[in-house]
Amino acid sequence: MARFGMVIDTKKCVGCMDCVVACKTENNVPEGLNRDWIVQDVKGTYPTLNMQIRTERCNHCDNPPCVYCCPCGASHIHELGGVVLVHHDKCSGCKACMAACPYDARFIHPDGYADKCTFCIHRVENGMDPACVSVCPTHCMYFGDLDDPNSELNKLLNSRKHRALIPEAGTKPQIFYLD
Amino acid sequence: MNEITNTRNNHLIDPTLSIWGWEISVYLFLGGLVAGMMIIAGYFLYKEKHKEFKASSTIVPLLGIILLSVGMFALFLDLEHKLYTWRMYMTFQPTSPMSWGAWILVLVYPSLFAMMLIKVPGFVPQKFSFLFKWSEYLNGNRKLLKVIGITNMAVGAGLGIYTGILLSSYGARPLWNSAILGVLFLVSGLSTASALIHMIAKDEEESGVLARADNLFILFELVILGLFIINLLSSTQAHINAVKIILTGPYAAGFWVFVVGLGVIVPLFIQSLAVSHRIKHTIVAPILVIVGGLILRFVIVNAGLLSHWTKVIGLE
Repeated sequence: MARFGMVIDTKKCVGCMDCVVACKTENNVPEGLNRDWIVQDVKGTYPTLNMQIRTERCNHCDNPPCVYCCPCGASHIHELGGVVLVHHDKCSGCKACMAACPYDARFIHPDGYADKCTFCIHRVENGMDPACVSVCPTHCMYFGDLDDPNSELNKLLNSRKHRALIPEAGTKPQIFYLD
Repeated sequence: MNEITNTRNNHLIDPTLSIWGWEISVYLFLGGLVAGMMIIAGYFLYKEKHKEFKASSTIVPLLGIILLSVGMFALFLDLEHKLYTWRMYMTFQPTSPMSWGAWILVLVYPSLFAMMLIKVPGFVPQKFSFLFKWSEYLNGNRKLLKVIGITNMAVGAGLGIYTGILLSSYGARPLWNSAILGVLFLVSGLSTASALIHMIAKDEEESGVLARADNLFILFELVILGLFIINLLSSTQAHINAVKIILTGPYAAGFWVFVVGLGVIVPLFIQSLAVSHRIKHTIVAPILVIVGGLILRFVIVNAGLLSHWTKVIGLE
């Protein structure tokens, strides 16, 4: 069984937002809403500053509270790669999943259902990378199978310092950031 | 210094989470109130006090059905995909408190309806003769009445606790992340229900019993509020930041003045004087308790939405 995840090299990310545009185009994300976004994290006091740029999205957690809290069974874990998805025609728009997500990765689609990053499962099922990964001009994003010890993801995770976002929330996020 | 810039600007998410408005606070309040009404009226029925305590046995069941329906309508208004509401009733998700709640609500109506049949409301036309027959059968069967009493207490407790557990299960919102919220909302529901029935009861004994009970519930609520604060203050930095939202942050005035002051301490003081016959009973204390219960839900829901594992906006 595959376990899909991402590794993002923050040393390479320049915050160009190509991933954001690619996602909106690929998934027809409505105007004013985003499934992925860029965070600039600046620490220190001028002139001693440190800036990290990150591209963020749903972390497709291994322990996803958004799935467990859904009263309709709309939020679910996809059989391929443990990707967290939403059945649009089962969602009542109660917003429980939005309250449950520590990453604030979900939003309400104008049609009324909860929406979020799908890891472009429609592309992945056809052997392609998610749209955001495929367009990244600095090649800072890596998508693959975390269960495969020989995958590029695991090679990077074994050789570089990395962290996940808010691991203390206990959700076991599956996106890792190389520091 | 740590400055975070985010390009995301999603509706209801940024700059702070605002997914739930007045609808959820009002629903949680009415759910708690009806839960308290069911427990109190169920207890009197079990203790065979229903003939003397007429407000609890005749007004409460119908009022409960009406108030819960208003609450559920508020809940319906909050749904973003309204035509798909029925989806909640096509499944049972054991890990979802909201799913438990949806099904508990299905049990609440028949429980209250059964209690309402003890005395069929006057506006029911005579052509519904079967209701009067059922009422006659119920009143002639002591054991069945006791079962209805116990059922109302059990379902009421489930309803009251679930309104708190619903919020406490969201680990992403540190302020809510304490299981004692279930007890707090249950006790607050019992307290507001006692205040309401005390206010509408014409029988002096019934009214007096509920005023004394309300004092106990209010006192208990104060203790639970204290435990809730201690629980969060002795937890992680995220939980400490979260509880600061209500202790010293943007919701401090609402919490200290309206929840603790006017909603708990002042009515406890007034009602203590009233039950010891130093002053007359007025509607001031019960109204303060009821409004305090409503504001408690508003403060907890809104401050909880503001609380976060990372930075809390408005708490620098």
